[in-house]
Amino acid sequence: MSMNLTLKVWRQAGATAAGDFETYQVPGVNEDMSFLEMLDVVNEQLIGDGREPIAFDHDCREGICGSCGVVINGRPHGPLQGVTTCQLHMRNYRDGDTIVVEPWRAAAFPVIRDLVVDRSAFDRIIQAGGYITAPTGGARDANLTLIPKAVADVAMDAAACIGCGACVAACPNSAANLFTGAKITALNVLPQGQPERWARVAAMVDRMEDQFGSCTNYTECEAVCPAGISVNVIAKMNRDYLKSRFKDRRSLIRQADVADEA
Amino acid sequence: MLTGSSPARPGGPMTPARTRPRPHTWIIEFYSSAIGKKAVMAVTGLLLLGFVLVHMLGNLKLYYGEPEHLNEYGHYLRTIGEPILPHSGFLWIMRGGLILAFVLHIHAAVSLTMMNRRARPVGYKGGRTYSAANYAARTMRWSGIIVGLYLLFHLADLTWGTANPDFEHGEPYQNMIASFERVPVAIVYVVANLLLGIHIFHGAWSLFQSLGWSNPRFNVWRRYFAVAFAAVIVVGNVSFPLAVLFGVVD
Repeated sequence: MSMNLTLKVWRQAGATAAGDFETYQVPGVNEDMSFLEMLDVVNEQLIGDGREPIAFDHDCREGICGSCGVVINGRPHGPLQGVTTCQLHMRNYRDGDTIVVEPWRAAAFPVIRDLVVDRSAFDRIIQAGGYITAPTGGARDANLTLIPKAVADVAMDAAACIGCGACVAACPNSAANLFTGAKITALNVLPQGQPERWARVAAMVDRMEDQFGSCTNYTECEAVCPAGISVNVIAKMNRDYLKSRFKDRRSLIRQADVADEA
Repeated sequence: MLTGSSPARPGGPMTPARTRPRPHTWIIEFYSSAIGKKAVMAVTGLLLLGFVLVHMLGNLKLYYGEPEHLNEYGHYLRTIGEPILPHSGFLWIMRGGLILAFVLHIHAAVSLTMMNRRARPVGYKGGRTYSAANYAARTMRWSGIIVGLYLLFHLADLTWGTANPDFEHGEPYQNMIASFERVPVAIVYVVANLLLGIHIFHGAWSLFQSLGWSNPRFNVWRRYFAVAFAAVIVVGNVSFPLAVLFGVVD
């Protein structure tokens, strides 16, 4: 089965250039193609015609790297639940469909070109505290630090975040609370994350709020997340953040002072 | 070492959603964060929920039949705490708390809305769809503004009496009857309380998230609580103008 599609793609020559939609007729789309493979076919055609191909981010093409991601007909990663754009197949569309493709929209994710946005804002949140400070040495025995199964599950579910940015793209406020909540929760529920728990949440939330909007609990992020991250991680982050502002406040300030002097 | 201070940012161009030199007084620092503001909105929202519930329950005395019940209750509210507090002293403490709660709730909402606008200067040109965000959540700003304006009218109507020609101070029963017998006024009350219900439907759920009250054992009850609270408030408050309008009480 092959189908003919009309594609409206956001084209923007550079970060400061004005962008607009361009319409392409795409004949003979195979239903077994992924969405990105369909874009590859369009690009072959454009290159053949001597025109600029559509720029889009992609890497692993199996849903684990978090590189790909565009807004398809108004929904990040397209109509399916729990998949990235590369895992969306053209069999989900019908002959004659019109598909609108747009980049993530957020002040913190400036467009670099066409559908490619700069997501270093996420990296800056991780740099603020998405790690533990400990000499790890060689690999230790798996059960040296005992962690209840339920706790390990919460940490693993949160760590499933691939950092694609769909949560920010879907949020009407361009908030990054699902991403940041997931990254904080993955560390803050585990024993290894405890020593820096309160400093971590304060630093990561501060960096997040410097760049993104605020959470108004639409839960739109959870609905489009390809990794199935729950908004429970946002509640967890809120709780830890509020605690960090009261509990252990003085020691946090001292810690920050020491770092400023160093 | 993790710190709360901001080292130089590496990386590309970026428009900050929030600009700030961080103040050092912890309460200001707390309120300057979006999560802190949301916590303030949740706590003030809870206080206002409590007020709205007690307000509605008190008004149920309209159904006793004789005006004295409601009027005596209204008078009693001014005598709470006497003689330690002066006459109306308790009432003014409550009013002060409510005004403070309103001011904080509205200030936080306005400030967060501005932050969110800055965070998305360019919207989706090709339109967008919603998968989870419900009508109540998406219209919080509008329902909040309309309910706020309605509140001013409500005060003018039944507290100050300026919007109610037949207003008699100290006779809430008669004032309610006189007010709700006017059809347009009754409609305003019904519509505003439906919007209040929509506002509560999202707010009474959202506050659990904002305060981090999340637990797999009771999370499903958070939604039930919001639905039940909104329903109780709407049914109770809407019944008063309708009961007067259709002559159930007079």
